[in-house]
Amino acid sequence: MVPTSYYLVLSAVLFGLGVIAFVFKRNILTVFMSIELMLNAVNLAFVSFSRLLGQLQGQVFVFFVIVVAAAEAAVGLAIIMLIHRNRGTLDVENVDSLKD
Amino acid sequence: MITPQIAVFLVLAAVTIAGAISLILQRHPIHSALSLVVVMIALAGLYLLQGAEFVAAVQIIVYAGAIMVLFIFVIMLLNAGEEERSNLSRLARYVGVPLGVVFLVEVAYWIGKATARLGSAPPEAVSTRDLSTLLFREYAFPFELTSFLILIALLGALVLARREESE
Repeated sequence: MVPTSYYLVLSAVLFGLGVIAFVFKRNILTVFMSIELMLNAVNLAFVSFSRLLGQLQGQVFVFFVIVVAAAEAAVGLAIIMLIHRNRGTLDVENVDSLKD
Repeated sequence: MITPQIAVFLVLAAVTIAGAISLILQRHPIHSALSLVVVMIALAGLYLLQGAEFVAAVQIIVYAGAIMVLFIFVIMLLNAGEEERSNLSRLARYVGVPLGVVFLVEVAYWIGKATARLGSAPPEAVSTRDLSTLLFREYAFPFELTSFLILIALLGALVLARREESE
């Protein structure tokens, strides 16, 4: 069997890559994708612990996380479309009206 | 010692990490989105390896299917182009990339060290039947609440994306 710590390290690395993508990327769509990547990394940790402890609650929680991610994607992409329509840009550098 | 399962894990983990790095390195959003699809399919393989068939199926159908199609649809609708570089991204390359690599190595090292004595999971896998029993008995109310969540998200997306009537 694969040791659980392998899965947890992979989950941590994926989450870290998601954080890095969130900070580095300039396009608001890619920033949004990195949030999805982080959610996926957390799901992997949930499933690993669920398997290790022999309890199903972790997988039920993953199901709920996926539902929330779907709802989040629908609303978030609608907001991105609004930003694009109002400002004509997808670059996060140019969406800075709170600074003024 | 490398058993077949560990070999499969290593291949899938390599694909996952390569996809995530490709998500960061690609300049065009559509390439990033396709990299994310690769990550999600490899993660579904990892769920299968852990005996979580239901989660693997939902991962492919909802994540790699529905959510990423929505992303690609919006990318094409908005005709999103490549990111352009600025002075700030040069700073990011020389300061941010080493910092990011150090951060990743630290996190991987400490989590690996802290969880090394957990061992591996017991061989008996949980069945999808048990999962559905739990979901529809104990978690029936949260499950019904998610349908409201989806409905509200649907209405929210509809209201947000609607074109304002010019008066």
